[in-house]
Amino acid sequence: MIRFLLKGLLRDKNRSLFPILTVTIGVSLVVLIQSWITGIFGDMIDVNARFSTGHVKIMTMPYLENIDQMPNDLAIIGVSDLIDGVEGQFPDMNFTPRIRFGGLLDAPDENGETRSQGSVLGWGIDLFSPESREIDRMNIRKSLVRGKMPSEPGEILVSRVLSEKLDLKLNDPVTILSSTMYGGMAMYNFRVVGTVEFGMSAMDRGAIIADITDVQQSLDMTDAASEIVGYFNDGMYEEEQALVVTSAFNEKFMDPADEFTPVMQALSQQNELGVMISYSKSMTGIIIFVFVLAMSIVLWNAGLLGGIRRYGEYGLRLAIGEDKGHVYRTMLSESVAIGVVGSFIGTLLGLGFALYLQVYGLDVSQFTQKSTMMFPNIYRAHITAEAYFIGFIPGLFSTVLGTALSGIGIYKRKTAQLFKELET
Amino acid sequence: MKYLIAPFLFISLLSFGQYPEGKEIVRKIDENMSSESRMILSKMVIHGRRGSRTIESRSWSEGEDSSFTEYLSPPREKGVKMLKLEDNLWMYSPSTDRTIQISGHMLRQSVMGSDLSYEDMMDDRKLMTDYESRVVGEETVDENPCWIVQLTAISEDVAYHSRKMWVDKVRYIPVKSELFAKSGKLLKRLEMFDVVKMESRWYPRKMIFRDMLKEGDGTEFIIDEIHFNVDIPPALMTKGALRK
Repeated sequence: MIRFLLKGLLRDKNRSLFPILTVTIGVSLVVLIQSWITGIFGDMIDVNARFSTGHVKIMTMPYLENIDQMPNDLAIIGVSDLIDGVEGQFPDMNFTPRIRFGGLLDAPDENGETRSQGSVLGWGIDLFSPESREIDRMNIRKSLVRGKMPSEPGEILVSRVLSEKLDLKLNDPVTILSSTMYGGMAMYNFRVVGTVEFGMSAMDRGAIIADITDVQQSLDMTDAASEIVGYFNDGMYEEEQALVVTSAFNEKFMDPADEFTPVMQALSQQNELGVMISYSKSMTGIIIFVFVLAMSIVLWNAGLLGGIRRYGEYGLRLAIGEDKGHVYRTMLSESVAIGVVGSFIGTLLGLGFALYLQVYGLDVSQFTQKSTMMFPNIYRAHITAEAYFIGFIPGLFSTVLGTALSGIGIYKRKTAQLFKELET
Repeated sequence: MKYLIAPFLFISLLSFGQYPEGKEIVRKIDENMSSESRMILSKMVIHGRRGSRTIESRSWSEGEDSSFTEYLSPPREKGVKMLKLEDNLWMYSPSTDRTIQISGHMLRQSVMGSDLSYEDMMDDRKLMTDYESRVVGEETVDENPCWIVQLTAISEDVAYHSRKMWVDKVRYIPVKSELFAKSGKLLKRLEMFDVVKMESRWYPRKMIFRDMLKEGDGTEFIIDEIHFNVDIPPALMTKGALRK
C-alpha cells in the first residue's frame, strides 16, 4: 500500500511537486525568520549584558533613579569591600567595577592650547588586573583598529570615529575635562595608544576607554565606581538564577535608611530588556502560528483542488469497496510524506539562508547612527538547535491539517450515486 | 454693559500708569550693579547630595567682555584659572599644565559642580543691551517693596530668553530673579541677600543660585570683598596670565 501511495505521489506531480514546494517555501521562511529573530534579540541582549547591564548590576538607589545622566556624584563608595562581600556570597559569579562618565576630550597643539575637542563617553574598566575578564567580555582586543592595548597608567583607547574627528595620532597627548565625584573640575592627561571600533554607534561615536584606576584618580573616585557588574562564570545568562541572586543581594545589602544604599538589578530588570526577552520568546511562537495558519489555508485550498481533480479516483476506490476511512487515512499518509519531504528540504534551504546571515549579517548602521542605546550595527542570524526541527512543526502540521480539512468531503460522497457519477 | 466695563478699564489704565518704565528700572539696575572694572574675593558654597563644598576664588573683570578668575581653594581646585575675552573662555589647570578652550554646549555645563554654568559665569553684559523690559506688577519680597519686571531678549545671543525680576523699589537690586528658556521653562532661580552699601552703590553680599533642572539646595555665592573701578594690569587679561 505504501509503495502504491509513493508511486502515485512520484508519478503525479500535482500531488507531490506543488504541495512540497509550498511546504518547502513556508518551512524555509520559518527556519530563516526563527534564526534571524533569535540572532537579533540575542545580539541585543548579549551586547547590553557585556557593555551595559551585566547579568546583574549593583548601583546606589539614587544612581539607579538617574541612571541616564550617569550621575557619578551618586556612585558607590567602598567598592572593594562590596565586591569581596558579593563574591563571597555568590561564588559562581564574577563582579567587576566600572565607571562611566561624560566629558570633553581636548587635543592640544604644540603650545599646549586647544587644537581640537569633542564630547566623549568615558569608560573606566579593569584593564590591568590579571584576573580581569573585561577585555574579552567587551571584545576590546578584537575591536582594536590601530595601535595597542593600554599597558600602563595614563594610556587610553579612543574610538576610530572620534580619533578621525579630532585628528588624533598614536601617542598624541589628550586631556579629559569632566567632573569629579564631588562636583569639582576634573582635568587629566592621557596618551592615545590605540583606536577601537566596536560596531555599535553608541560606542563608536565617541567612546574612550581607560583603566579604572586612572579614571578613579582623575574623577576623585578612590575606591568608588558608577556601577558593579556581575556575570555568571560560565558566561551564560540564566534569568531565574539572576533573579534569585538579585533577591538575595537586596535582602542582605539593601538598607532603606541609607540614602545611598546599594541595589542590585538583573539584566531583565534593566533597559526594558525583560520585555525584549519575553518578546523574543513569544515571537517564535507567533511566527510558527502565523505560518501554520497561512500554509494550512494554502494547502487546504490545494487539497480541495486535488480532491476535485481526484474526484473520480476517490469515487472509483469507494465504488470498488474501499472504506471511506481508509481513503481518508491514505490521503493523510500522503500528506505526512509530503510534509516530511517538504520540511526536510525547507529546513535545509532555511538553514542555508540563515547561515549566510549568520556569517555576513545585515548592516543597519545608517539607522542607528544617532542611537544612544547599546545596539549592534550589524544584525546576524543565529542558528540554534531549535532551527533544525522547528520547521517540521508547521511543515507537517499544516500539510496534514490542510489535507484533513479538504478530505472531509469524502465522507459526503453517497455510495448509491457513485456508479451514476462514474457513468457520466 | 459698556457702563460696567468702563470703570474697570479706567481703573486698569490708572494702575498701569502708576508703573514706571521698565527701561528706566533696568537702566538703574545696570547703573548700580555694573562698573568699569572690579575685583571680587568670593566663596562659592555648593550643596550636593553627598555634602557641601566651598570653593574660594578671586576674580577681576573689566567692562562687559573681559574677566579673569583664579581659584584659591580647596587644594584640588587651587591654581585653576579661567579667562574670558569677549565670547571666548579658556581654562587652565596646573595639574595638567593645559589651557583648554570651553566652547559650544560645554558652556552650559556646570562650573565645579555648582548651579552656575560657564555661560552664567561669563555673563556680565548689561541687561539694557540684551533685553526689552516692562513692569508687570509689584510685590513685597522679604519686607522690601519690589517692582516685578518682565524682560524679554531682543537678541538671540543670550543664555536665557526671558527673565522675571523682583526689583527693590528703593535700592534697584533684583532681589529675586527667575530665568526662563524660550519654551517658557524655568531654568534658574537667583536670590540676593544681605544687600549693603559698598562704595556708593547697593550690592548683595550673598546670592543663591538654583538650577531648577536638578535636585539640590542650590549654590551660595558669598562676596567677602569687592572693589569697584580698580586698576587691572593689562597683562592679566591675556592667555599668558593663565600659566603664571
